[in-house]
Amino acid sequence: MSHLIALLSGLIFGLGLLLSGMNDPEKVRAFLDIAGNWRPELLAVMGSAVVIFALVYRVSLGKKQPWFTGAFHTPSISRIDLRLVSGAVLFGIGWGLVGLCPGPALVDLFAFDPSILIFVAALLVGNRLAHWLVGPVQQK
Amino acid sequence: MVNEFAGGALIGLAAGLLWLGIGRISGMTGVLSSLFLLRETQRHWAIFFLLGLVLAYPLFQLFGLAAPIHITSNVPLLIIAGLFVGFGTYVGNGCTSGHGVCGMGRLSVRSTIATVVFMVSGIITVWLMRVVGGDL
Repeated sequence: MSHLIALLSGLIFGLGLLLSGMNDPEKVRAFLDIAGNWRPELLAVMGSAVVIFALVYRVSLGKKQPWFTGAFHTPSISRIDLRLVSGAVLFGIGWGLVGLCPGPALVDLFAFDPSILIFVAALLVGNRLAHWLVGPVQQK
Repeated sequence: MVNEFAGGALIGLAAGLLWLGIGRISGMTGVLSSLFLLRETQRHWAIFFLLGLVLAYPLFQLFGLAAPIHITSNVPLLIIAGLFVGFGTYVGNGCTSGHGVCGMGRLSVRSTIATVVFMVSGIITVWLMRVVGGDL
């Protein structure tokens, strides 16, 4: 059952990215281009997604456990450090360069666009490079 | 604008379903890293999440809906950008979904700071490319 929930969640997440146009790099770059021909529409995507998840999360605070597993895996790290900020800066640079973040890149995979395939391959290499060079983040 | 609100609502619902259903944060960075940790059975949900995610595109087309992808970046730029995104999200432990949607939804200060930083970094990058690089 857990696996079915995960599959459904991924599918709905992907449909949301596609419906909102978040999967289109050009639209994302125009959203980030606030000093140029700014297209603010994607603010609505972030806004409604955050508000809805925030409501669900509030409901979950009153529950002992999720429907199909034993415990909520609440992230345990609250540290604000150089690692967090430098990671976010590097991610932002890559995001701005092409207009793709991990979710949209993955959802575009089965469009079989060569550019997307190249980006996703580099994304995986970058993930592993960080794993080998920097290592996993320390919990707590 | 309706599509943006509706799409965002679907994303929020999907994240909510994963949280209420199995108590997991739907963060793409974590999902991606899980691909390399398949020996850890507690991460197997991520493979199913990823499967659902990539099936969304063909399903969307099956509904007769169009999801255009406009991308003009050349190959070196695609590779550099992919490396930066992969490296940065691993180091920062999250991206637009984990920090942006779920983290900010949980009112996490850490995630909110990460989101502001990668947004500002993205905005400056796009601006620099237009002003200095003559739009690559």
